[in-house]
Amino acid sequence: MRLLSAAAAVLVLAAFPLTVTNEYWLGYAINVLQFATLATAWAMFSGPTRYLSLASAAFFGIGAYTAAVLAEHLPWPAVLAAALLIGLAIALLVGLATLRLAGVHFVIFTFGLAELIRQLVTWYEANVAKEIGRYIFAEITQRQIYWQLAALFALVLFTGWAIGRSRLGLALRVIGDDETVARHLGIDTTRSKVLLFMLSAGFMTLVGTVMAPRWTYIDAGIAFNPNVSFQVMIMALFGGAGSLFGPLVGVLPLTALFEFLSARFPNHFSMMLGLTFLAIVFLMPKGALHALQRIRLPTWPALVHGTRAGGANGSARERKA
Amino acid sequence: MTTAFDLLLAGLLLGGLYALVAMGLTLQFGVARILNLSHGEFLVGGAFLCYALVSLAGWHPLAALALTLPLGFVLQWAVYQLMLRPLARRAASPAALEVDSILVTFGLLFVVQGALLVSFGGGYHSYSFLSLPVSLFGSTVAANRLLACGVAALLCVVLYLVLERSRWGTALRALAGAPRFAPLVGIDVRHWSALAYGLGGAMAAGSGALISMFLPFSATMGIAFTLKALVVVIMGGIGNLMGCLVAGVLLGFTETLVSRFVDPGLTLASTFALFLLVLLTRPAGLFGRAAS
Repeated sequence: MRLLSAAAAVLVLAAFPLTVTNEYWLGYAINVLQFATLATAWAMFSGPTRYLSLASAAFFGIGAYTAAVLAEHLPWPAVLAAALLIGLAIALLVGLATLRLAGVHFVIFTFGLAELIRQLVTWYEANVAKEIGRYIFAEITQRQIYWQLAALFALVLFTGWAIGRSRLGLALRVIGDDETVARHLGIDTTRSKVLLFMLSAGFMTLVGTVMAPRWTYIDAGIAFNPNVSFQVMIMALFGGAGSLFGPLVGVLPLTALFEFLSARFPNHFSMMLGLTFLAIVFLMPKGALHALQRIRLPTWPALVHGTRAGGANGSARERKA
Repeated sequence: MTTAFDLLLAGLLLGGLYALVAMGLTLQFGVARILNLSHGEFLVGGAFLCYALVSLAGWHPLAALALTLPLGFVLQWAVYQLMLRPLARRAASPAALEVDSILVTFGLLFVVQGALLVSFGGGYHSYSFLSLPVSLFGSTVAANRLLACGVAALLCVVLYLVLERSRWGTALRALAGAPRFAPLVGIDVRHWSALAYGLGGAMAAGSGALISMFLPFSATMGIAFTLKALVVVIMGGIGNLMGCLVAGVLLGFTETLVSRFVDPGLTLASTFALFLLVLLTRPAGLFGRAAS
C-alpha cells in the first residue's frame, strides 16, 4: 500500500510538467523542488546529529560552479559525476576536521565555508583562468531541469527513509541523543557523522549542478550566495527537521512567501528574509532545538547525564516533560 | 622595498584591530553565552555611522567614534533584553539556547546587512582623514592607521583593566567561569549578561568606526569580520581576553605575510588554514582553556 502511494506520488510528480503550459508555474515548481531537496538533505544530517550546518550555500555553489566550468567540455552525466565527487571530497575534509569537536566549531566553520570557497574561486578565476565569470552553455530545457530535480528529490526521500531503517540511522539517533553514550556503546561517532554529512552535501551539490543551466551567466558571487544556507535552514526548521517529510511542510509555504517577497520588495529582500526568519524562531514555541529533534524515538531514561556542546542532555528530559 | 620591520608593523597594526573586534565577541560568547553571528554587521554599522557623521554632518572622526561606542552598547544591550533574553528564558538546556541564539543572530545579520544595503548601496565607502605618511623607525605608515591602532590598543587595555581589576569585571568573570553558581553569590545573571552583550556591541561599533578611518568598507563586509573574529576567539579560548590579543596578533601577522609573499586575495584562506590547524591540534584554544 505504502509502495503503491509512493509510486503514485512519483508518477504525479513526473507528469506535472507535461500538464503545465505556463512557464511561470514550471519555474515555480522547479523552485519548490530545489528547496525541497536542499531542505530534506539538510535535515538528513542536522536533524539526527543536531549540528547546525550553514554550509548549504557552499555545496550548492560548488555544484553550480562545477557545471559552469565543465558544461562545455564534458557530457552532462559526466558533469554531474564530477560535481558530486568534488562535493563529497570537500564534505569529507570539512567533516573530518570539525565533526570530532563540539557543535560550535562546526557552525563557525560552515558559516565561513561559502565565503572561503567564493574567495578562492574568485582568486583562481582572476589569477589563473583570467576570467571574472562564466557563460553556461548546456542544452538543457526547463522541463529537463524539473525532471532531474524531481528524481533527486525522490532519491533524497528514499535515502532518508533507508537510513532511518539502517544501522547507521540507529547509530545517529543515539549520537543525537547523547554522544557519550553512543561512544560507550561502541559506535564510531565521527565516522557516522562524516558519512551522513557527505551524503547530505552530495545531494546539495547535485542540486546546484542541476540548477546551474537556469543562469546563462554565473560568477562566484552568484553561485555562493549566503541566502541559500539561510533559506534552506529556516525551511527545514519551520517544518521540523526531525521527520522525513517535515522539511517539505516548511518548504511549501515559505517558497511561496519568499517568491512574493522577492517580487514585491526586490531591494529589501534580504531584510525581509531576516525578519521572517526572526519571526519563525520566536514563534517556535519550544525553540529550534525542539524543531530539530521532533523524531519518533524510544524515550531514553533520564539517568543519561553525558554532555555535548554544553549539554545535549536537556533533550531527554525535555521530551519526558 | 619591504623591510622586516615594515611587515612587523603592518602585522601588529592589523592584529591589534582583530584583537579588538574579537574581544567584543569573546565577551558576548563567554559571558552571555550567545554566539553572535551578526557581530560583523554591527561593526560595519558603526563604520557607516561614522562615515555618515564625518562626510555628511562634518563631525571629527574621533567625535564620531566617541558617539558610536555608547550607541553600540545601548543597541546591543537592547537586542539582548528584547530578543535574546526571551530565548534564554525558554531554553530547556544550554544546547537549546545555543541553537536558538545562532539562528536569531544569523537572522539579525541579514536584517542589518539588508538595511545597510538599502541605505548606502553595495559599493565601497571611505572618507579622508589624516591620510599623511608618518615615518616610524625608518618605515612609513599612514597616520590614520597608526591613530586607529593606538585607540584600539587603548580600548583593549581599558577593557582588560575593567575585567581584571574592577567589581564589575569580577562579576562578569564569575558568570563566564561558573554560570550556574554565579547567582548563588548574588550575581544577577540577566543584568550582567545584558551588560556583557552590550559591551561587546560597543567594541564592535567602536572597531567599525576605527576601521572606517583608514579602510574603504562596504555593506557586505561583515561576514568576513565575524569569521575572523570567531577564529580568533576559538584560538584564544572562549572568554579569554589575553588569548584574544595573542591570537588576534597571530592572525594579523599571518595575513600580512600571506598577502605580502603569496597573494592578497588569499587572506581568508590563510585565516581558515590557521583555524584548521587549531581545530586539529588545540581545539580548546592555544592556551587550552576549555570552552565550558
